[in-house]
Amino acid sequence: MEKQIVSIRNVSKSFGKQPVLKKLSLDIAAGEIFGLLGPSGAGKTTLVKQLVGLDTPSEGECYIFEEKMPKLKIIERIGYMAQSDALYTELTARENLDFFSSLYGLKGARKKQRISEVMATVSLSEHINKPVANYSGGMKRRLSLAIALLHEPSLLILDEPTVGIDPVLRRSIWQAFNELKEKGATIIVTTHVMDEAEKCDRLGMIRDGELIAVGTPAELQEKTHSESIEEAFLVYGGAQS
Amino acid sequence: MRVTALFIRILRQIVRDKRTLALLIFAPILVLSMLYLVFDGEDYIPNVGLVAVPDPVQSQLDLENSNIEYYETEKAAKKALSAGKLDGYLLFENQVPSVVLEGSDPSVNASVMKWIQEAMKPLQKSSLQQELDIDYVFGSDELGQFDYYGPALLGYFVFFFVFLIAGVSFLRERTTGTLERLLSSPLRKWEIVMGYVIGFGIFIMIQAAIITWYSIYVLDMVMEGSFGFVLLITLLVSLTALTLGTLLSAYANNELQMIQFIPLVIVPQLFFSGLFNLDTISDWLSWIGPFMPLYYATEALRNVMIRGYGWDMIDQDLLILAAFSALFMLLNILALRKYRKI
Repeated sequence: MEKQIVSIRNVSKSFGKQPVLKKLSLDIAAGEIFGLLGPSGAGKTTLVKQLVGLDTPSEGECYIFEEKMPKLKIIERIGYMAQSDALYTELTARENLDFFSSLYGLKGARKKQRISEVMATVSLSEHINKPVANYSGGMKRRLSLAIALLHEPSLLILDEPTVGIDPVLRRSIWQAFNELKEKGATIIVTTHVMDEAEKCDRLGMIRDGELIAVGTPAELQEKTHSESIEEAFLVYGGAQS
Repeated sequence: MRVTALFIRILRQIVRDKRTLALLIFAPILVLSMLYLVFDGEDYIPNVGLVAVPDPVQSQLDLENSNIEYYETEKAAKKALSAGKLDGYLLFENQVPSVVLEGSDPSVNASVMKWIQEAMKPLQKSSLQQELDIDYVFGSDELGQFDYYGPALLGYFVFFFVFLIAGVSFLRERTTGTLERLLSSPLRKWEIVMGYVIGFGIFIMIQAAIITWYSIYVLDMVMEGSFGFVLLITLLVSLTALTLGTLLSAYANNELQMIQFIPLVIVPQLFFSGLFNLDTISDWLSWIGPFMPLYYATEALRNVMIRGYGWDMIDQDLLILAAFSALFMLLNILALRKYRKI
């Protein structure tokens, strides 16, 4: 039996009277790449924030590594990349990396090594001394990803990590995800890009704050009698053809 | 360790951002210099008309420091007054002097009256009057308006600029999402607040030293007490501004909303901090003063700079300023709970 690393139990969240998540339950196993798929406004980001501890559910609990969130000692083991790039644009990429790695207690030679490793992963090594203000949108996105990888988290939570990144780089980033997975990391990505969805081990379809289907890409296609994930997405999305 | 990383990052950011750096240091200097030029300008020379003054009187009048015009009739003087050529005229009717003023500018009125009193002194002396001897416990008859307002304005402008810059830079942390990223790391909330206090604190120290030095040695603001105390007070004022700015930025969604705090938080402090005499403010409003950090700063600065007092007269004010800062820091840590509960 695989170990459940993430366990979302009956989580509801509402902002004022507006319910965003409705009694959502989901388990994610160690070493999985799990994709959260759904139209914008479905509640993907809200769900992900409950997991990293940036928000607390109105009802229900999130358990990560069998500890109830939020907990600082668990936060240390999570790498989170939000939808906004969240970089200090006045500083160079190296200074950004240096700062965030210090927050995770990396120092000295180990810090240096990790910085050059993550920059190689996102193919930005030659731009490391440039101020982030001079970066293009895609470069910022990749640097943001690099920062999330710095402390070798065992759980990576990535909110639309490849928006604004061209297909070639996207492929190399997914390669990096697979390498991390082989090393034992668990990865949760939110996306609405279909070719990405297909690369996930399992998918969770979210609509209007409810988890309407969970399964491997093949299972979901089968259940909906679709030819592709895109079609399955449309079926679950309510666009009955 | 993590706090160190945070304040090193803040230092780097400030150094990179030359304009903000300039705003922190040169803007208060510029504003204080302008105030100095405005307040310490030369004395106003009144234009006074003399109407039908008897010769024996006129020969005794002290007519220095004014532009005098002579008129035969009051009607002619009145005409000149309404035409704006005169600020007032002195009229003798049946040996009794009276004064008519143009009257629309209180400071001109005052300088005309002052001049007339000076001018008529020789007349009064002859009638057996001793000149009053005046001693000053603090200050002297040389104490100008700038000397009195200076200490208050020094505190005020330091507060203003630090509040704005610290507030906006903490706000930016929110709007760019970096605050969220910080809180998705093991960084504690108090470490974030401390990092800001230390990071900006270092700049504030430099800023306070430069501005205080400039005010006292270049602008020649009156300075009876010790430079060190003034520095300490300015530093605590800046700390209060820094913590208040970062706290209030939690309630602003963008830079414009941060600016909107200026009329709400900064301007009232100008009126209630003791820049203007608080005793003349209506009773139902004067209770506001003690709730304003600058109230204590102004008091302490005046005690040191004008009255030359030492530690035992300012320790309470400094303690209250420190307490304000501590309170704002605590509230800021609580405000960050909005982003992460622990």
